[in-house]
Amino acid sequence: MSKAIDVVRAVEMVPDGASILMGGFLAVGTPRRIIEEIVRQGKKHLTLITNDTNRPGIGNGMLIDAKCVDRLIASHIGTNPETQRQMIAGELQVELCPQGSLCERIRAGGIGLGGVLTPTGVGTVAAEGKNVTTINGKDYLIEMPIKADFALLACRRADYRGNLDYSLTARNFNPIMAFAGATVIAEPNEIVPIGVIPPDDVITPHVLVDYIIERRSANGR
Amino acid sequence: MEDKVLIAKRVAQELHDGDLVNLGIGLPTLVANYLPHGIEVYFQSENGVIGMSKVPGKGLEDDYLIDAGGIFVGALPGACSLDSCTSFSLIRGGHLDVTVLGGLQLDEQGQLANWMIPGKMVPGMGGGMDLATGAKRVIVSMNHSAKGVSKIVKKCTLPITSTRRVDLVVTELAVIEPTEKGLVLKETAPGVTIDQILAATEAKLIIPEHVGEMSIPADL
Repeated sequence: MSKAIDVVRAVEMVPDGASILMGGFLAVGTPRRIIEEIVRQGKKHLTLITNDTNRPGIGNGMLIDAKCVDRLIASHIGTNPETQRQMIAGELQVELCPQGSLCERIRAGGIGLGGVLTPTGVGTVAAEGKNVTTINGKDYLIEMPIKADFALLACRRADYRGNLDYSLTARNFNPIMAFAGATVIAEPNEIVPIGVIPPDDVITPHVLVDYIIERRSANGR
Repeated sequence: MEDKVLIAKRVAQELHDGDLVNLGIGLPTLVANYLPHGIEVYFQSENGVIGMSKVPGKGLEDDYLIDAGGIFVGALPGACSLDSCTSFSLIRGGHLDVTVLGGLQLDEQGQLANWMIPGKMVPGMGGGMDLATGAKRVIVSMNHSAKGVSKIVKKCTLPITSTRRVDLVVTELAVIEPTEKGLVLKETAPGVTIDQILAATEAKLIIPEHVGEMSIPADL
């Protein structure tokens, strides 16, 4: 059975208020067609968990522009003045998390661990409201795991069974998020027949992936 | 010599053959231009590559290859791609030999503030807290003062990046080593006196008997 569906149908599955893990680092490795379709369908009240919000009008910055997002968990918003404006105006709730802790929280959520103990952030504002534990004389922050209703990923190739590979720095959070979304949708640059991606080159195993976005939707967009 | 070039050239002298190195955004990225001759270091960008280089030529940018500042970069033969957890495992796990970070303030305890100005600039810490906490060596490269105000202070008034004591600070005036006892002046910039450095520094500096002058190879 093929997992390929068109982008319109894929985004129709995402209800208002859903939580979304979205791959990408400054829009490299971000599912652009899914983002455009979320904006077109006018989704609202989303919780977005992603590394950064890029720039206005580009990549997931479009979701901020279109006010699709009520709550954001990210490590960096410095490149997007609109994210900061909405945060200061109280329109957007933002939780900033160190990048290494953010990806490990997502990993923990996806692999059945109860959280992460990390030295990063101890004694800084990143520790506010978090518990600290001491192991062998060293302090660690207890960071909570993250899961979401959807993981929306970008990849280089997918085969029709859903095996994924990635390009260079477009890999970033994508293979980690593939474990942590209840429904996982990947937007590949190319869909190839099963067997074309050699087993040793598969980075995200197909069992994690529910849907892959067809190259073109039925109405030609 | 321009201040930032002097700083970059001096920081580059701290790198050793075979080091895995992560350069922060801004001034630290200049360090890659002035590597000592005959050494090979591996540049990591935390968004997922080891073996980063400059873009090999105009028009040869790759849509999927950027550094952590969003700038197109190249990759050398032998480069490798990493997911974010692997990249930060290298950083936090003690596998990163050196990180060079910019700074807003550095204090007598050797603690760095470099990511936030409350009420003015709240960009998020990105990977900075992990780098400042986890790298084997943290080198801060920054101007000694901002608008006439010393950035080397008694106690950071801006939110710190990590409680960890950084290993070395290089400015256009001085090389300073934070130690258990406080900030030790190690070197003066060419043509700069110890008195000038003391006058430009809010923090207390420990002045050892011998203070060297920054040595920059002439052919860099």
